[in-house]
Amino acid sequence: MRVRYTRGQNLFNMFNLLFLTALALAMFLPFLNVIAQSFSSSEAIINGRVGLLPKDFTAINYQYVFSDHSIWRAFGVSVYITVLGTAINLIATASLAYPVSRPEFVGRKYIVMMVLFTMVFSAPLIPNFILIKNLGLMNSLWALMIPGAISAFNFFVMRSFFMQLPQELIDSSRIDGCGELRIIVNMVLPLSKPVMASLGIFYAVGHWNTYMSALYYINKPSLWPLQVMLKKLFETDDISIDPASSVYSSLAHTSPEGIKMAVIIVATIPIIMIYPFLQRHFVKGMMVGSVKS
Amino acid sequence: MKAKLTGIDLINYKADTKRSLFLNMWKFRALYVIAIPGILYFIIFKYLPLAGSVIAFQNYNIFKGFTGSEWVGLEHFRTMFQYQDFGRILSNTILLGLYDLIFAFPAPILLALLLNEIRLVFYKRFLQTVVYMPHFLSWVIVSGIALGILSPGTGIVNQVLQAFGFEPIYFLGENSYIRTILISSGIWRDSGYGTIIYLAALAGINPDLYEAAEVDGAGRWKQTLAITLPSLIPTIMILFLLHIGRFLDLGFERVWVFLNALNTGNGEILDTYIYKAGLLSQQYSYTTAVGLFKSVVGLILVLIGNILSKKTTGESLY
Repeated sequence: MRVRYTRGQNLFNMFNLLFLTALALAMFLPFLNVIAQSFSSSEAIINGRVGLLPKDFTAINYQYVFSDHSIWRAFGVSVYITVLGTAINLIATASLAYPVSRPEFVGRKYIVMMVLFTMVFSAPLIPNFILIKNLGLMNSLWALMIPGAISAFNFFVMRSFFMQLPQELIDSSRIDGCGELRIIVNMVLPLSKPVMASLGIFYAVGHWNTYMSALYYINKPSLWPLQVMLKKLFETDDISIDPASSVYSSLAHTSPEGIKMAVIIVATIPIIMIYPFLQRHFVKGMMVGSVKS
Repeated sequence: MKAKLTGIDLINYKADTKRSLFLNMWKFRALYVIAIPGILYFIIFKYLPLAGSVIAFQNYNIFKGFTGSEWVGLEHFRTMFQYQDFGRILSNTILLGLYDLIFAFPAPILLALLLNEIRLVFYKRFLQTVVYMPHFLSWVIVSGIALGILSPGTGIVNQVLQAFGFEPIYFLGENSYIRTILISSGIWRDSGYGTIIYLAALAGINPDLYEAAEVDGAGRWKQTLAITLPSLIPTIMILFLLHIGRFLDLGFERVWVFLNALNTGNGEILDTYIYKAGLLSQQYSYTTAVGLFKSVVGLILVLIGNILSKKTTGESLY
């Protein structure tokens, strides 16, 4: 549209480009350093020689991480709550959002108000904790999936999506004699794939990153999700290595720092892998959300 | 014929009598049945704990339960304000909230404005991809990365400092750095992602406005002041309101993952204190009082913000 710039504008464009590139680098460089450390020998790390590229390249830190059963178990727990938890999230959110989106639903206003109120006023930690305790969910992975089954924000996103479905479509199948359940299964669900995908991905990232509720409700180390495991690992300066492990003999080359960095990478890889899909959806998700307010 | 009413009729249809209302509900009973689990979810997991907050006014005893525990009125609230450390923790929370508002809130606006000025579409996309990414990392991971790069012995930041002849600094082990670390890690993680909503608002501005301004001889800086910023005001206002409502809610996780014995002095906020005193030391009633105080202040802030914004810009949340 605009082709000619004045000198000031050209100068600005250049600075802007440089500045934003530097900023993007600032977002990325810490990562590069973590990757470099995770692939470096302990001597290089301890002497502070590792910059943005690995020094004395070695995969020993990863060997250690992969040989550690507790890390694998935590990884498994995280995968489990991510898959099952996201399924619960989507079913629960849709099963409330769809009825409330229909004009035939008498009293939908009250349900919307009920949900909205939880967004501005929430109960303190302890009553929540007592509830989980009384429900017998302590030290159960359900405590990580059920209490957050419906996020109020995502409920509104999904509701506004369902509200945009053409009413004529639903009416015509009612005339054809379809029951409400058949309408949902045959028509509404296939049409709502995009919103399910976006919200599903948001929920899934949330589960993968679960830390707080696991800290509150899970005391058994065998049930810790990956994030809790990671935090424990960061807190220990001295990582004890199982003498039976395959890296025990080459212990001299591993270092607590290197191992920590390797675990960071291992825990981040799933996020990086879904990032391309994520990116396609989260912009859309944000947009629907903003329409609501 | 009544059974064959279509949805369109029903929208206009007013339930005049209880009978027809009931008939209508019966006709769409499937919808109500489907909604039941979700309604129960909100009642059990959101409203029951809210009711359970009465323990703030009791000396709650796990074995006696809600009904058997002794009522003490506002005692816990009094203790709270008399407790010396509470003042420090509250001022930490407020200070961090304030810093977050001053530094972290405008960051995505500025970033979006700058990104918007980039004319190379593919490069803009690339930059967006990079700056959105950190948002999807957990706070534990973010703290791990910070731990790595800020480490006094092995971290890259201290390597650079030493290369310039400075003494290495144990950033996470000092009270004076923790607030800076908390706020800047927040900016690092979320400011890029925060631009999405502003970029969408920027994309929605009518290009004719810019063309007209150009004809009138306005440069880009003037266009930004006269067109871009005013068009962003409604979005900024809404997000500002949401931010104000969460003023005391910096978030448990993002602070907890950075805290250690050496930096709790300046880093401790209400949420981490509630966790430590409540769950770890089991002062159930007292910490519920603290939590309730926080929730009520949050609600008041939202309401005030809403009124202010309605008066000044006509935008409001509810």
